[in-house]
Amino acid sequence: MVDVLIIGSGIIGSSLARELSKTSASVLVLEKGNDVSVGTTKANSGIVHAGFDAKPGTRKAFFNVRGAKMYPVLAKELDFPFKKNGAFVLSFSKDGHDTLVDLLDRAEKNGVSGCEIISGDEIRKLEPNVSKEVVEGLYAKESGIVSPYEMCIAMAENAASNGVKFEFLKKVTNIEKQSNHFKVICEDCSSYEAKVVVNAAGCHADEINNMVSSRKYEIVARKGEYVLLDKEFSWVSSRTLFQLPTKMGKGILVSPTCHGNIIVGPTALDVDDKDLTWTTPSGLKEAWDKALLTVPNLPRGGIITQFSGLRAHTKEDDFVVGFAEDVKGFYNLLGIESPGLASSPAIAEFAANEIKEYLNLGVNPKFNPIRKGIKHISHMSSEELNEAIKENRQFGHVICRCEVVSEAEIREAIRRVPGAKDLDGVKRRVRAGMGRCQMGFCTPKIMEILAEELGESIEDVSKRGKGSEITIGRIKE
Amino acid sequence: MEKKVRLLIVGGGPAGLAAAVEAYDKGERDILILERENKLGGILNQCIHNGFGLHTFNEELTGPEYAQRFIDEVEKRKIAYLLNTTVIEVSDKKCVKALNEGGLLEIQAEAIILSCGCRERPRGAINIAGSRGAGVFSAGTAQKLVNIDGLMPGKEVVILGSGDIGLIMARRMTFEGAKVKAVVELMPYSSGLNRNIVQCLNDFNIPLLFSHTVVEIKGDNRVESVIIAEVDERLNPKMETAQEIKCDTLLLSVGLLPENELARGANVDISRITRGAVVDDRLMTNIDGIFECGNVLHVHDLVDFVSLEAREAGAKAVEYINSKDKNKKYESIAIETDGKVRYVVPELILKNDDSNPLTLKLRVSNVFKKVRLEVSVDNEVIYSRVKQVVAPGEMQTIDLKSEDVLKLRKANSIKVYLRSME
Repeated sequence: MVDVLIIGSGIIGSSLARELSKTSASVLVLEKGNDVSVGTTKANSGIVHAGFDAKPGTRKAFFNVRGAKMYPVLAKELDFPFKKNGAFVLSFSKDGHDTLVDLLDRAEKNGVSGCEIISGDEIRKLEPNVSKEVVEGLYAKESGIVSPYEMCIAMAENAASNGVKFEFLKKVTNIEKQSNHFKVICEDCSSYEAKVVVNAAGCHADEINNMVSSRKYEIVARKGEYVLLDKEFSWVSSRTLFQLPTKMGKGILVSPTCHGNIIVGPTALDVDDKDLTWTTPSGLKEAWDKALLTVPNLPRGGIITQFSGLRAHTKEDDFVVGFAEDVKGFYNLLGIESPGLASSPAIAEFAANEIKEYLNLGVNPKFNPIRKGIKHISHMSSEELNEAIKENRQFGHVICRCEVVSEAEIREAIRRVPGAKDLDGVKRRVRAGMGRCQMGFCTPKIMEILAEELGESIEDVSKRGKGSEITIGRIKE
Repeated sequence: MEKKVRLLIVGGGPAGLAAAVEAYDKGERDILILERENKLGGILNQCIHNGFGLHTFNEELTGPEYAQRFIDEVEKRKIAYLLNTTVIEVSDKKCVKALNEGGLLEIQAEAIILSCGCRERPRGAINIAGSRGAGVFSAGTAQKLVNIDGLMPGKEVVILGSGDIGLIMARRMTFEGAKVKAVVELMPYSSGLNRNIVQCLNDFNIPLLFSHTVVEIKGDNRVESVIIAEVDERLNPKMETAQEIKCDTLLLSVGLLPENELARGANVDISRITRGAVVDDRLMTNIDGIFECGNVLHVHDLVDFVSLEAREAGAKAVEYINSKDKNKKYESIAIETDGKVRYVVPELILKNDDSNPLTLKLRVSNVFKKVRLEVSVDNEVIYSRVKQVVAPGEMQTIDLKSEDVLKLRKANSIKVYLRSME
């Protein structure tokens, strides 16, 4: 029996796991995927919203503003990419003025500093590629960008090194409430007992909740499609460029990523299937066409990949954070859509405190808040490179030429806990394959390293777990 | 480790090898080739089909055999090379940083030849929608998996793009027991060599669908089918023609891009059309002493032409190193084209008195029939050849004699264009 069992290892589950590792609780995380950060967390805009957009008084507003303020310290402790790059909300006509004033008013009510309305010309002085059609906009200096999957991996690694256990390929199919605890049953027939169960199952959190609570929820997966540009085109913008928000969300943005690519998207379309992150011709076209309004000279030839993610939208339109009223010990973290990423540290802190109180937990005296990221040769000075190669010659063997990633980094990504088990896992940890050739050259080499490190046959190496094996076997001999 | 070398060659594929051999034969002894893979030969090592070397050796060789001929020449001359060594930076001062398991190398060169080849355009570059599981490969990646690693990418295959690698892989996958269901080509013509269409598709009854594209990839963890559709004249898919083809693999042969990230870092001017460097008739870039040749300069169809171009670069680099006045700037004139001729390499002709013969290489932008390919200097036609048909897939060459080259050098305007004969 563990004290706390968390279902889901996205940014919410992993952040909570790390918060709880500060306590005396024994914590187990069950993840249905092959790795952490494989759902909504891996495919979103990566924006740490300042908090001017959420309606004052909502949980979204509360957690967003608190969460955003926690980023600088967290990024330092956990060594993940984060940057305060500032953002604009752009208005294309004078009619938008009232909405901008409303946003500025929300900013004030939510306690967000550093916001002002400035003219189109002033915006273009800072971001020359912004369309001439933009007449004015809200400038939010506190807005930031983060690499969401790297943050999630950092959270999970730090949690694991402080005692949290992670288990993968564990799809929860039933939860039985016993007198003083829960029995959580998985698809593979394994079961686990826990005093507290936390529901951080992203788009599937409604199903998990509905297994035990009579207060039913319904999550609608709202798909967002993105395209990503090569780093060569980082000149497009150094700040995040939003358009005026609509009722479906914050609209199409154009933003740099922490690694210098340009991200364009997301669209917003409610879909039936909560796992199907396919892109569509119409979605990709919509994302691109709308982004052209923001930056008319957006270079189409610069696109290196497309992807889509799913927002966990509820009709209540606010986060659900807290113990279910009718089920003692069952804690919901549900409906965490934008600004969920920005809010995640605050949500985790809040939830951990409530669980701590409920279970009467003490502190973990051995908790170490520091997690060091994998050393990247692309960030090293000449001296550091020589030093690193002297220590481990594999730092001198470049595997991914586009992002300049060495064999040493890839092996480290696989050896960490929780470590990479497939090509996507390697990619998200050390960026091998994230570049302009999109794994064209390095696929066979990374397959070899994965097979060797995991002790599996090269035919079993997959893109993202079982069923996605890269090859179908040996050629005929 | 810091060292000096007179001629540094980045890339030990066909271009780098030929450049090194020629530079040696022109008298240069201080040459170093840096190669990122564990053997010399570049992409030829995975091209185990034959058809290489018809122009150079008058016989049909496989890729590795063709490479070996040049590797032997390099070995015979004892030209120095380093394997498993990746260049990570080239500066406009010709200082090169490279990494290998021994550490970081910092090398000051007098001249640099960039011969680092090209890469394949990935799925992302052509914006195909759909699922993102396994089973989508660029044709070259699949070729490496099959020919080098002995691994089979899939058994029911659709190939998008009829570039040469796509055509070659259609046959290769068929040999290995896969069923190639179709080769789908966006344009109304193939960008591959005619002989490859005959030998790789027709001989195996593999259908080639022109003016079609893949609009969507289906299947969750792995490709299960693709949706293809015909395109209109503006290359937009006509969705009413959409049809589904069951397959577990999609190979992409949708174009090659010169890999000029190192060149960009050295402030080399890059052509928007070829995506290679803008070079003068010495194959030298705007940065003194930095040369380009082979597929990093512009994508070639035949390795024979890569070797020829690389020899030229090797010779000119040696001339540059030995010239008394390295910094001497020559004025130059840019060759103009008419749009039907998409590009000409070299783009710049120097206004000096070098009277060597010169080969211009070019590609056209569409299929044209019954045309004359002409060069005019100040409106005087100095070269004219009848072409029954020209296509974007086949590089054209114009061999100019010394006296014509001298005319170019004195010209106020040089034009290369197609003239209709109808």
